Amino acid sequence: MPIVVGEYASLTGKEAGFGQTSHHGVVLALEEINAAGGVLGRPLELAYEDNQTKLGESATVAKKLIARNKVVALIGEVSSGRSLEAAPIAQLAHIPMIAPAATNPKVTQTGNYIFRVCFIDPFQGTVMAKFARDDLKATKVAILSSVSNAYSLGLAKFFKETFVAAGGDIATEKNFAEGDKDFRAQLTAVKAAGVEAVFVPGYYTESALIVRQARELGLTVPFFGGDGWEDEQLLKIGGEALNGCYYSTHFSAENTDPVVAQFVAKYRTRWNGETPGAFSALGYDAVYVLADALRRAGTTDGARLRDALAATKAFPGVTGVTTIDPDRNASKAATIIALRDGKAKFYKTVAP
Amino acid sequence: MPRPLLALVAALAAAAGLSAFSDRFDPYYLDVAIGIGINIILAVSLNLVNGYTGQFSLGHAGFMSVGAYLSAAVTMLLGPRLLGPDGGAATAQNLLFLAALLAGGLSAALAGLLVGLPSLRLKGDYLAIVTLGFGEIIRVIFQNCEPLGGALGLNGIPAYTTAFWVLAFGAVTVFTVYCLVHSTYGQGFMATKDDEISAEAIGINTTRYKIVAFVVGAFFAGIAGGLYGHFKQTISPGGFDFSRSIEIVVMVILGGMGNMVGVIVAAILLTLLPEVLRPVAEYRMILYSFLLIVLMLARPQGLFTLRKKRA
Amino acid sequence: MTEFLQQLLNGISLGAIFALIALGYTMVYGVLRFINFAHSDVFMVGAFVGYYMGRLVPEHTFWGGFAALGAAMAVCAVLGVVIERLAYRPLRGAATLNVLITAIGVSLLLQNLGQFFFGATPRPFPELFPATTFVCGGVYVSSNQLVVIGVTLGLLFALRFIVMRTKIGTAMRAVSLNPQAASLVGINNDIVISFTFALGSALAAAGGILYALNYPSIDPLMGVLPGLKAFVAAVLGGIGNIPGAALGGMLLGIVETFVNGSEWSTYKDAIAFALLILVLLFRPAGLLGRFTKEKV
Repeated sequence: MPIVVGEYASLTGKEAGFGQTSHHGVVLALEEINAAGGVLGRPLELAYEDNQTKLGESATVAKKLIARNKVVALIGEVSSGRSLEAAPIAQLAHIPMIAPAATNPKVTQTGNYIFRVCFIDPFQGTVMAKFARDDLKATKVAILSSVSNAYSLGLAKFFKETFVAAGGDIATEKNFAEGDKDFRAQLTAVKAAGVEAVFVPGYYTESALIVRQARELGLTVPFFGGDGWEDEQLLKIGGEALNGCYYSTHFSAENTDPVVAQFVAKYRTRWNGETPGAFSALGYDAVYVLADALRRAGTTDGARLRDALAATKAFPGVTGVTTIDPDRNASKAATIIALRDGKAKFYKTVAP
Repeated sequence: MPRPLLALVAALAAAAGLSAFSDRFDPYYLDVAIGIGINIILAVSLNLVNGYTGQFSLGHAGFMSVGAYLSAAVTMLLGPRLLGPDGGAATAQNLLFLAALLAGGLSAALAGLLVGLPSLRLKGDYLAIVTLGFGEIIRVIFQNCEPLGGALGLNGIPAYTTAFWVLAFGAVTVFTVYCLVHSTYGQGFMATKDDEISAEAIGINTTRYKIVAFVVGAFFAGIAGGLYGHFKQTISPGGFDFSRSIEIVVMVILGGMGNMVGVIVAAILLTLLPEVLRPVAEYRMILYSFLLIVLMLARPQGLFTLRKKRA
Repeated sequence: MTEFLQQLLNGISLGAIFALIALGYTMVYGVLRFINFAHSDVFMVGAFVGYYMGRLVPEHTFWGGFAALGAAMAVCAVLGVVIERLAYRPLRGAATLNVLITAIGVSLLLQNLGQFFFGATPRPFPELFPATTFVCGGVYVSSNQLVVIGVTLGLLFALRFIVMRTKIGTAMRAVSLNPQAASLVGINNDIVISFTFALGSALAAAGGILYALNYPSIDPLMGVLPGLKAFVAAVLGGIGNIPGAALGGMLLGIVETFVNGSEWSTYKDAIAFALLILVLLFRPAGLLGRFTKEKV
């Protein structure tokens, strides 16, 4: 009698990169756990659905997974916006939900059945604010954020708070919407403001274009962003324009820690040489955290599983050690990646 | 009692009866039934504008979004204050929901008036584009409206929609549109569609009919929007865009413009199709578009119209 | 001042692309009196042809860029003719509503076939033309922007020449004035209409490549919003009027760019439609068009 675990992700559509990489991490973890004997003597079975990066679909598929597939827990999503859609559904049905990489605080605030295994944006914003001040030595920056994205708005807000509190100056804030292709107007205004760096808390789809167009307009200052930049398409679209830029994320495959190296090797073997990214690693850890909680709870009952998840302490994973705090978030270190010579290179980690 | 009214009462009774046994049904099937009901309301209300009055509106999703947002605003912002922290009794919740739905419908009707008025002197293609434009403008306005969630939309809307509400309002919509169109007054709608200039010539105030069509159609679209919001529990401006309007238009075309029964059957079919085709969801939209083209070439009167082809 | 000039340049380059697409809409409307919704998706197909051509020709060369441009224009011209033949010709003479719906169907079909074959994830567009940036008095001009403006001007002149100085162009103008009279004087309407579609689609393809050069991320749905805005531009200039479409496109591009750089950037999509509604209310003929009163 398998234990059915649900997963919803953006496997197709605009942000398919996010969904595919996290899905690969989830599947790898599940296969490993089953090969080692499963959980509570039962194999884990994955029921997954694609939300096609469409608004509203996450709610629909979450409902379907809970009602039709009778999942005991839900894993999803990378995007805060889409996680926010499904969270109330999981909460109402008393099914624990673990978000691998959604960083907006509101996701876990939905209710006590919603968890995450990554850091949250107040931390990420602080990390990048400090990075801008200390590493980029910038006192005057601009923020270019997406208004149609919960993650972007939240991260911009937290960055601003910390940056201003540390004495920095936000010279100008400009907006764009998801799906926009032309940012020259906003960038021209940013350039006119004479800033030393530009913070772009968006997804890779727009961020790459933004930096390219900035370079075409003669704006050569460093651009930096958050974990939304993490995807191989970033460099494919942005290319050499991204040199001198940075972004924060949860994981780096170049980490020399043996745990990470082993994971990278296993992942590459399973997925045809693909190098795991932050979301693969987080998806992988999310499943392991769930399995651990199932073992401690001894049952698949929603309420007991929730309690077990909430009690997760110092669980070792490939993205670091996971301890679920009273707000159901994990306190993890951030990794900053530098973009040089058309490649992503590990720069440094910042502990909470 | 006249027959339509009898039918309405019977339908309402059936809805109440059905929902009393609703916990016996598989929740997934119940969800699908609710989805069907909402689409019926949307299709029938659009049929009034496009089918009976011949005004090609491509912005119906805009009215739906007005209803969805405003009803959600009532339940989410006023609800806690009126019902108290524990959520209130079932009757209080239902009353609040009814009030919210009506508020949504009326605001959508107002939007319908605002859209209908300028569109009056436009025909065919132009009207289509202008209604599409209005739909997009409504979307952008909601995208910029922070109290209503802005571009992120609203999550965690209370799940007040039940099978009863959907069936009841479905019955009311069909009843209203049917009676409206099959009355003596209602002949004016079809006259406006057939030949506007001649209709004007014999003294029919086509302007008034067009406005009534828009307003009534928008009202029910707003009701459908409210039902939708409290069913999915999440709405966002992007979910009510041009493609959503097109989905409703396809139902009306498939059913046959001006064919009430056909449109209802089409709505049922086109709601079930995505669920049935979920494993091959990528083909669904290809099929949809292909269907539109083939229909227009081979059977412009719709799949379910048995009358001969209109000139 | 530099900021203003830079924005103006950005606006002109965007406007040029709108103009190219708008020309296609306006020409088809002129001869057939209907809005070809599928036009925006022909634009998308052009961009994808350019993407695949980019694999065959070397990057950063002029001849490679023009080869891709030519290939895209040729492929889309054929596509336009095929669409007209299969989907629109059988409905010639039917109610305009039916043709409109068919057009919407074709548009959706192209979008969904595109999503099916190419996947919905955006792809990076290759750099077909050599890309550098020039500075001119503080204003940064990307060579791609110059290519856009140059190619648009070139195509505009070519179009004007075709429409005004060739036999087929004269035939196009005749059919657009009065199709029945045109066939009475011996013009083969079918050929003229096919030619119009071919021409319009080729222009859309050019627009697609130029758009992708400047915004190098393409996906199957990329044509929807630019297509709608280009249609607004066509109506703005007076639908059926060729210089009007170019003017409308430029105007819309400039207005949209300035709005995008201002406080109200999030309203920029609505601006295009608001403009459309205002124009249709107060000057339905558009800036350069003529209004024909409907007679019994």
